[in-house]
Amino acid sequence: MKKNTHSKQTNMNRRRFVTGISAGVTAAVLGARIPMARATEGQHTRHRDMVAAVEQIRNGLHDQGSTGILTGTEFHLSIERTQVNITGKKAWATAINGKVPGPVLVWREGGEVTIHVTNNLDEDSSIHWHGIILPYDMDGVPGVSFPGIKPGETFTYRFTVQQSGTYWYHSHSGFQEQSGHYGSIVVLPKQPEPLEYDVDYVVQLSDWSDESPTRIYHKLKKQSDYYNITERTVFDFWKEVKAKGLKRAFNDRKMWNRMRMSDRDLSDVTGYTYTFLMNGASPAANFRVLYRPGQKVRLRIINSSAMTFFDFRIPGLKMTVVAADGQLVQPVTVDEFRIGVAETYDVIVEPEGPGPYPLFAQALDRSGYALGSLTTDATRLAVAPPMDPVPVLAHVDMGMDMDMSQMKMKGMDHGGMAGMMAGASGMSHAGMKSMAHGHMAQGTQSKKKNMSHHAMEHMAADDVVIPMDMEPNLPVTPLPKKRGPHTTMRAQSPQYRLDDPGPGLRDMWRMGRKVLTYADLKNRYPTAHWPKPTREIILRLTGNMERYMWSINGIPYAESDPLEFYYGERLRVTFINDTMMNHPMHLHGMWSDLETGDENHIPRKHTVIVQPGAKISMRVTVDAPGRWVFHCHLLYHMGGMFREVTVVETRAAEGEKS
Amino acid sequence: MSTLNLTRYGVLLRYAALFLIAWNVSSVAVAAGKDDPFLTKVLADQLEWQNDDSDTKAWDMQAWAGKNWHKLWLYSEGEQRNGETESENMLTYSAPIAPFWDVQVGLGRDITAEANHNWAVVGINGLAPYYFETQAHVLVDSDGTLGVRASFEYELLFTQFLILTPELEIDAYSDNLAELGLGKGLSSLTAGLRLRYEIRREFAPYVGVEWDKAYGQTADYRRTAGEPVSDARFVAGVRIWF
Repeated sequence: MKKNTHSKQTNMNRRRFVTGISAGVTAAVLGARIPMARATEGQHTRHRDMVAAVEQIRNGLHDQGSTGILTGTEFHLSIERTQVNITGKKAWATAINGKVPGPVLVWREGGEVTIHVTNNLDEDSSIHWHGIILPYDMDGVPGVSFPGIKPGETFTYRFTVQQSGTYWYHSHSGFQEQSGHYGSIVVLPKQPEPLEYDVDYVVQLSDWSDESPTRIYHKLKKQSDYYNITERTVFDFWKEVKAKGLKRAFNDRKMWNRMRMSDRDLSDVTGYTYTFLMNGASPAANFRVLYRPGQKVRLRIINSSAMTFFDFRIPGLKMTVVAADGQLVQPVTVDEFRIGVAETYDVIVEPEGPGPYPLFAQALDRSGYALGSLTTDATRLAVAPPMDPVPVLAHVDMGMDMDMSQMKMKGMDHGGMAGMMAGASGMSHAGMKSMAHGHMAQGTQSKKKNMSHHAMEHMAADDVVIPMDMEPNLPVTPLPKKRGPHTTMRAQSPQYRLDDPGPGLRDMWRMGRKVLTYADLKNRYPTAHWPKPTREIILRLTGNMERYMWSINGIPYAESDPLEFYYGERLRVTFINDTMMNHPMHLHGMWSDLETGDENHIPRKHTVIVQPGAKISMRVTVDAPGRWVFHCHLLYHMGGMFREVTVVETRAAEGEKS
Repeated sequence: MSTLNLTRYGVLLRYAALFLIAWNVSSVAVAAGKDDPFLTKVLADQLEWQNDDSDTKAWDMQAWAGKNWHKLWLYSEGEQRNGETESENMLTYSAPIAPFWDVQVGLGRDITAEANHNWAVVGINGLAPYYFETQAHVLVDSDGTLGVRASFEYELLFTQFLILTPELEIDAYSDNLAELGLGKGLSSLTAGLRLRYEIRREFAPYVGVEWDKAYGQTADYRRTAGEPVSDARFVAGVRIWF
């Protein structure tokens, strides 16, 4: 890895000048440390670190040039139009307290927080506390939780914080989020976390455009591939013809062409208009995370993008993932992970040398990246490594089943499995799903009776297991559904693909990169005692990319009735993705407990990625009365792929509870 | 240069305006923002100069206004040759019937220096398998004469911005329409090949070639008028949309 060692302070300043970074808004180039986490009494922190942390605060490092950290129990946030210069041109942002991103809010688990939000825009606004468990009228969804905040008005949010970890907040009004209306939340735990680290940073990723979000949306409606700059060209086809001959090359394209689906339909909005930001800093501004040699660094990575999935890695360093969506998981060491829109991952890294190491977040479609530096010296900046090849969608991403008969599935070992994984672009997961579950089921301690495949329990690590549905026999409550112009595709054979890192990452093992998958997420604490679901609903994520219409079960939000959840029940929600895009599905107010195959370590999430053509299930304990929403977190999908949720009291639910 | 006599559409346009206003009022306020806004798109697919003896200028345009389920869709295609303008125009109501297809009904009007001709129109517009942009309309006039006009377009990407577009257009009629110079049966075939560079997606200059040939009675009409039955020419123009 080449490191940039030339960047002296003067250079840096010139660069920032050239790229027109305005000091007031995006000078977030020096990290916002979370010193409170270290200085809290009762922390397990070693004495040396305490001293270091206090020293940092005294030196004022934590707020130098950063978006700012607000701590305490009472907060004042102001939403305002602010002029920024991120790309070299002036543009208007929707900022919080004049900053993009808004300030890091540091809360304490168990404490009450009061947040006064003043709307200084000339349109309605709101703040939704993403992933935070709270009363529904504090959830911040206009038209559902509350009427929204009118121009000039102040709304006071007040609730008790019942959780700890890394979260974020953003507007739930119109497309304001795209223009800068987001910030991060760090909730300090009541009990010390079983984690060791010395410095603590928020790394908030986002996508910025000088275009107005409404314009972006209108362009997508008029020409949905407007921003796609990774489409197939005639040369791609020519290469395939040379490699496989005309007939095979043509036949391989056949299904795609017939279905009018593009295997390069990766991201709706791309680097064609986006500049990818890390804590508000463009790659040119190069956000800096500072550490001292020997220190362990906790990075709280948040994807606050409107539309961008990132593949995050730190070339030269392993990352130990310790939390997902704010909730602790069993530490798992990886080289890379894909972070969906609205997800968060906490990782701990132990840089051996002085750095600088690039904090490298490439957009899924490789049309650009967010970049920062993990460095011991603020004047020594990392340069970006070359981007990985543009992912190509496979049949499996269409939810297709393929003839697996020629594949020798039996007795395949893990090496073989990895091989299959790599071959996924040419094959289906029909077979892989079985392997996936073989993988997942390792370490399953559960003796769950409705695990239909007894083979599971006998399986040795190397065995291939027939896939299982963790809850195959649950009663499914039928929901209204529609076919028609809303839906271009139907996943014929959607599979659970928990151990599939997704398009573009399936080959990474070849380069020696271990990529995180959902199958790697295991709750830090046992979950075997958690209640089992008693009812299931199936949500098919549907859309028409050509017309740019998005819906659930073929019905857009505007034509839908609220989903009914019964108070006190444990509900299973199964998603089937009938599109070729990832959809990060976010349920408000209640946790999304992800079925990974391991009953005893169910990870708890607030946002669940449903991979293209795939199936995935989660469980919800319906313990939050009121009105909520459940939606795709891609900003320009959200208008259609959205449901209101009503939690209703029913006698039946009461009965089941006891 | 008046390419389209708009006053003749007065009544139609008035209804269209009323329709659009009424439509725009009914918007659903959703927590997530407006997913189905009222939009308009104007696409000048071809605005070009043709390298022939008559210094021809030609256009092929579409415009639509509306929402997901209901749109007004306007087509206009024509040329100005030796100072004379000819055009084929359609104003249709367009609604999705299938994921990739809209069905369209409306009125058409052919305008030549000698005559105007009105049609009732029904057709489809959409994306056929293998990514062929397809428009096919059946026209019927007050005498019961039927016409079919269809066009197919494909895009070949050399790069993300350098795009080659082969296009084929077929016209056929059930009877002779002497005043329009259109003959019974297969009337004409037009094939084009245009290479554009998208400086922005919305703005793309292009160069290309176009070939067309008249058949049967249409060919005779052309001979009588002293026009070539078959012709190939270079074209240069710009593709614009907003």
